[in-house]
Amino acid sequence: MSTAPAPVLPSAGRTPPVRRRRLDTATLAAAAVVGVFVLLALFGPLLAPHDPNAVDPLGVNAGSSAGHLLGTDDTGRDILSRILCGARASMAAPALVVLVSTAAGTALALCAAWFGGWTDRLVSGALDVVFGFPGLIMAVLAAAVFGPGLAAPVIALSIAYLPLVTRVVRAAALKERSLPYVSALGLLGASTPRIWLRHLLPNLAPLILVQATIGFGYALLDVAAVSFIGLGSQPPAPEWGLMVSNGAPGILTGQPQQSLYAGLMIVVLVIAVNLLGSGLSRRLPGGAA
Amino acid sequence: MLEVRNLRKTFGDFVAVDDVAFRLEVGGSLAVVGESGSGKTTTARMIAGLEQPTAGSIAVAGKERGPGRPRGAGRRARAREIQMVFQDPYSSLDRRQRVRDAVAEAVRLHRPLRGPALAARVDELLDLVGVDERQAGSLPRALSGGQRQRVAIARALAAEPQVLILDEAVAALDVSIQAQILNLLAHIRTTTGTTLLFITHDLGVVPHICDEVLVMRSGQVVESGPVPSVLREPQHDYTRRLVASVPKPGWKPRRRAQPPAA
Ligand SMILES: Nc1ncnc2c1ncn2[C@@H]1O[C@H](COP(=O)(O)OP(=O)(O)OP(=O)(O)O)[C@@H](O)[C@H]1O
Ligand SMILES: [Mg+2]
Repeated sequence: MSTAPAPVLPSAGRTPPVRRRRLDTATLAAAAVVGVFVLLALFGPLLAPHDPNAVDPLGVNAGSSAGHLLGTDDTGRDILSRILCGARASMAAPALVVLVSTAAGTALALCAAWFGGWTDRLVSGALDVVFGFPGLIMAVLAAAVFGPGLAAPVIALSIAYLPLVTRVVRAAALKERSLPYVSALGLLGASTPRIWLRHLLPNLAPLILVQATIGFGYALLDVAAVSFIGLGSQPPAPEWGLMVSNGAPGILTGQPQQSLYAGLMIVVLVIAVNLLGSGLSRRLPGGAA
Repeated sequence: MLEVRNLRKTFGDFVAVDDVAFRLEVGGSLAVVGESGSGKTTTARMIAGLEQPTAGSIAVAGKERGPGRPRGAGRRARAREIQMVFQDPYSSLDRRQRVRDAVAEAVRLHRPLRGPALAARVDELLDLVGVDERQAGSLPRALSGGQRQRVAIARALAAEPQVLILDEAVAALDVSIQAQILNLLAHIRTTTGTTLLFITHDLGVVPHICDEVLVMRSGQVVESGPVPSVLREPQHDYTRRLVASVPKPGWKPRRRAQPPAA
């Protein structure tokens, strides 16, 4: 036995890295951008300089000016006002999709993971079938069958997003419920609702939040696409996806501003939401790097 | 107090526990010893009701324990029969719950206490296991393995169980902490009269805590009896080898000869 100090090996004997790393700059910036969009959804109409539906036959397809910062569209409506007033409608539908699919998916996942056996097989089997249908196609079909408007696509997308949420949450819930602390709570006589609400859900919440964030980006694109092909929001609603399609003829004639700015809103928000989601997921226990 | 008869568990074709039987009197303490994979944890989980036995019966205080998870008051009554402390101290506690809250939650399931009365009971339990004020206010990640194991013991005691099962409660801990926990268990036994079922793969710690010992190998009981006689005159070859691997009957926790090189 030598008392000579052991050579210091890299990482040997060091304390494990602290799990709660600070968020990196990109994630913080993304969070700020998402925050601005949320404010727009809440207060957009108050900030709009003009009535979003006021047509001006004499000022159609105008470029940027002091009166119309982003110009006007093919009927002379102020594009900036339409974008600001459309923020809520454009974000509410995808938010609803995420809310419904996350809530229902989490409930299904907890049931499957907790009760196991045939409950798990039933849930997993049913969702495998749903998983076979791409969300956008289901949304378009729903709108085609039940008529234009966002109600049918929102329901269709909520169902289409279920399998992904359920799979991710189920896997995490299975792991969580196998931890001894859950057995200990059961042995102590804690009720199942107590274990779910006080212990399982709070521990799964960060993962669920990340899933919802990333899902929102996809839902935003899907809802915009449904509106783009004319089956979602109906004119004259100032919805961004609809504005992109309304402005499309202008792209060919050198007046791209309507499609451009509405599309830019969608793209910027999707990128910010994705950056935020992946930044948050890195902070999850067991998240990469 | 605890009577186990013909307990058996198979996983597919594999027999994990085979015909295990024993009786444990009120206030008694039984050690279940055996090498890794001998079926100790499986036996404990069946007794606690976390695993369905393939065959056999378990009775506490003369009352047969049925299958399934009872509801409401029945579930809490069952909790007061048997509590268990798990092998892994790192995942035995909810990582988002402060130590004090975890113990308070367990207390409230069994006693209608609130406010200062609840706090007093929680403090009493934490005192008993030697968890101090600062640790009580921390999340589990701020605690060492030994400290977490103490919290898990305090939480189990909150149900005031008739039988306390400890599955390798000291296996994950280093020798001096092991000794502390063993002393703590002996103290709890004398102050609360709890019946102990102490599971370990280390025959050396058994004399410090248990009166009776049961030796398991590949799911079967190879030998059982009072600790002194089994240690002095092991009947079975396997037990003899286990005994031979322990330094001496009057085993004391070994201390490291020198502090580890920095
Ligand atoms: N759920 C399970 N499915 C299949 N086999 C299992 C299961 N649980 C335990 N076993 C098997 O049963 C045997 C006994 O396991 P058990 O955990 O009871 O051993 P142990 O005596 O507690 O061992 P250790 O000292 O390592 O904790 C092992 O061979 C194990 O692989
Ligand atoms: Mg074990």
